[in-house]
Amino acid sequence: MLGHYFELALRSFKSSRGLTVLMLLTIAIGVAACMTTLTVFYVLARDPIPAKSAQLYNIQLDAQRLGNSFQPGGEPTYQLTRFDAEALLREARADKQVMMSGGGVALTPEGTGERPFNARARYASADFFGMFEVPFLYGGGWSKADDDSEARVVVISRALNERLFGGADSRGKMLRLRDKELRIIGVLDHWRPAPHYFDISLGSYAEAAEVFTPFSTAMTLKFSTWGNFNCWANVAGGDARGLGAPCAWVQYWAQLDTPAKASAYLDYLKQYSDKQRSAGRFERPTNVRMRAVMDWLQAQQVLPSDVSLQLWLAFGFLAVCLTNTVGLQLAKALRRSGEIGVRRALGAPKRAIFAQFLVEAGSLGLVGGLLGLALTGLGIWAVRQGSSEYAKLVHMDLAMLATTLGLALLSSLLAGLLPAWRAAQVQPALQLKTQ
Amino acid sequence: MDLLPILATLKRHKTAAGLIVLQVALTCAIVCNALFLITQRVERIAEPSGLADQELVAISTTGVGPSQNPEAQTREDLQALRAVPGVQHVSIINQIPYGGQISVSGVRLQPDENSAGPSAANYSAAEGWLQTLGLKLVAGRDFDATEYLDDKTLSENPDTKVPALVINRSLAERLFPGANPIGQKVYGLGGGATQIVGVVEQLISPHPGGNEEMNRYSMVMPVRQSFRGGAYMLRCAPQDRERVLKAGVAALDKTGPGRILRQQKLLSEMRDDYYAADRNMVRLLVGVCLALMVVTAFGIVGLASFWVQQRTRMIGTRRALGATRGQILRYFQAENFLLSAAGIAIGMLGAYGISLLLMQSYEMPRLPWSYLPAGALVLWALGQLAVLAPARRAAALPPVAALRS
Repeated sequence: MLGHYFELALRSFKSSRGLTVLMLLTIAIGVAACMTTLTVFYVLARDPIPAKSAQLYNIQLDAQRLGNSFQPGGEPTYQLTRFDAEALLREARADKQVMMSGGGVALTPEGTGERPFNARARYASADFFGMFEVPFLYGGGWSKADDDSEARVVVISRALNERLFGGADSRGKMLRLRDKELRIIGVLDHWRPAPHYFDISLGSYAEAAEVFTPFSTAMTLKFSTWGNFNCWANVAGGDARGLGAPCAWVQYWAQLDTPAKASAYLDYLKQYSDKQRSAGRFERPTNVRMRAVMDWLQAQQVLPSDVSLQLWLAFGFLAVCLTNTVGLQLAKALRRSGEIGVRRALGAPKRAIFAQFLVEAGSLGLVGGLLGLALTGLGIWAVRQGSSEYAKLVHMDLAMLATTLGLALLSSLLAGLLPAWRAAQVQPALQLKTQ
Repeated sequence: MDLLPILATLKRHKTAAGLIVLQVALTCAIVCNALFLITQRVERIAEPSGLADQELVAISTTGVGPSQNPEAQTREDLQALRAVPGVQHVSIINQIPYGGQISVSGVRLQPDENSAGPSAANYSAAEGWLQTLGLKLVAGRDFDATEYLDDKTLSENPDTKVPALVINRSLAERLFPGANPIGQKVYGLGGGATQIVGVVEQLISPHPGGNEEMNRYSMVMPVRQSFRGGAYMLRCAPQDRERVLKAGVAALDKTGPGRILRQQKLLSEMRDDYYAADRNMVRLLVGVCLALMVVTAFGIVGLASFWVQQRTRMIGTRRALGATRGQILRYFQAENFLLSAAGIAIGMLGAYGISLLLMQSYEMPRLPWSYLPAGALVLWALGQLAVLAPARRAAALPPVAALRS
């Protein structure tokens, strides 16, 4: 029976080519608009570290002065002062913890004759690699002892290893950073955390660093830091990165494996904050924040607002396309009232007419979906040509492919319901009389 | 024109008529808001920087290792850049509009550290900045030679007095509404009071376009950066820019070999890059509006054609009874006008609803009323245009058509 309906559908498409092409294009463009924007949304809004995102917490303390901009319960600075970060790290109350900052450091390639360049750097304490599931190709990170001894060690990215050493195992080689030599102890595998959730001050979808060194080493060697630097008073001596400087610029993350540990840690943070206030360092009332990865991304509004706006726009567009298809299919169905009348008079039940028109709508949706898939591919290609920092992250995967076809089929079936129902209502006697 | 017969006919085609109304309503609601979004983005992209965008190039470098005397190196660099053929003015500033970085400071009207005051982008600039950047001074004067100090002095001792300040007009109006800002004192930049000596017409924030207050305010301090923290700005004739950029980089390579080039770009390129996302959004919105209108137009053409076909007998009869072609044509036009009007009425409510949602979720301003009649006109015109072909086909039907079918 289904085969017969397909045949009827094909015949009907042939008899009104213009209308059919119009409906196909409408469905295809509507679906493609939705799927292109949905793909971008899906890539940008997803969980960057699904296995652990509920156990990793960004830590905020309110170390600012009571001064002009104070609002009780307001959002504290999203980074910590170096003093607080080092204190929390020393006390090490979480399962794992890391203090860090992004930066740029002059790298002089040896032997390649290349000009020195600023390499993207991350200065972090030892737990960094374990906490954020950083994949290694060779070797591994450094230890807490290396942090304490300001060891001159460095981990480099896969891309940098390929650029400088042709992809060989470069462990043990020396890398010239600024005016010092650091020993390579590890090479990462390909790693592009997106969003760059553990430090969004360099751009929400910034690329990961090329060189990683212990935080302590980077400070001693005066490697420069990049990102957000928030000072609330004049800095004595001009060293805004000094231990006592009234500046928040260090990201601090804690890994807490169970909810019980997380709530205990929150209490600990409150105690810490109270202690700092009684010692005269903090002026504001205790106002600590602990946000797991997805909460953190939400609170920092990492997803570009244009992306969700585009998504709404695309779905609005699809709604218009569907209304249009309903109208056109209805016109087409009613135009065939005579044919329906004959079929009904020959004994076809309403159900059969309904099924026939739904099959027609469905096959329209299927073909429209395939066309829409091609257009979505084109749309994604266009997005990838863009200059945004996330352009190259956007790609089509199997789930999105299936969703595209599903959306096309579903929307065309929905659009076919009303015309099919109206077609089934056609009175055979009335039609035969007018023939 | 008698509308009653039209209404009577439409009553018999409630579903199809309803679909056209719905489609027009959705299109109207989306197009009104999209037009508003487009206008806002276009305004943002067009915001003047106050600088001579088409005549400036920026070069910034940094040393590989610690530098013995960056201040002396900077003086040498500036001299070498001035000697580059085609260069009219050279200066060094701490941050460039559209440069991707922003430094802001709070300014206060009282010495008390806990008093409130707005935040403003704090540019610091060395001698010759006003001519180099091409800013327009509307009150007061440029810094005089004795007012400049080295950034090194200020960072080593943050209580150093910054003697003079030039602010932009927006900040002047914020700090001293209705009063003359020249000679007024502000606090929070270095130690003690800083006197405002000049006001420039416009000086855009390094990171413009945000909703926050600080995106509108900027100020310039007479503080000389060294090459490590600043960017050299070179002004030349627009057609010389590419050549000056190359020659400038070569000159810096000679005065301080082996340095890292952080940035070498035309200001106009930086501006284009900065607004790339906004331009994309405008293109996308325009595309969606056009696509919406095309789809709606085709929907109207499709249904109107169907109606014409269905009413062949009626049209023939009317023609036979003496109706003119014009009357038939106007019948279909009036019908479309009515349907569009209903759609537009609902669409306006929808547009307002969408605008409320956008205000809530995207911090957009309210949709100005003027967009509603604009959207209505567009959709009425679109409907009339779309119905024209089917209506003319109907009008062209000979009276005998009624008898033949």
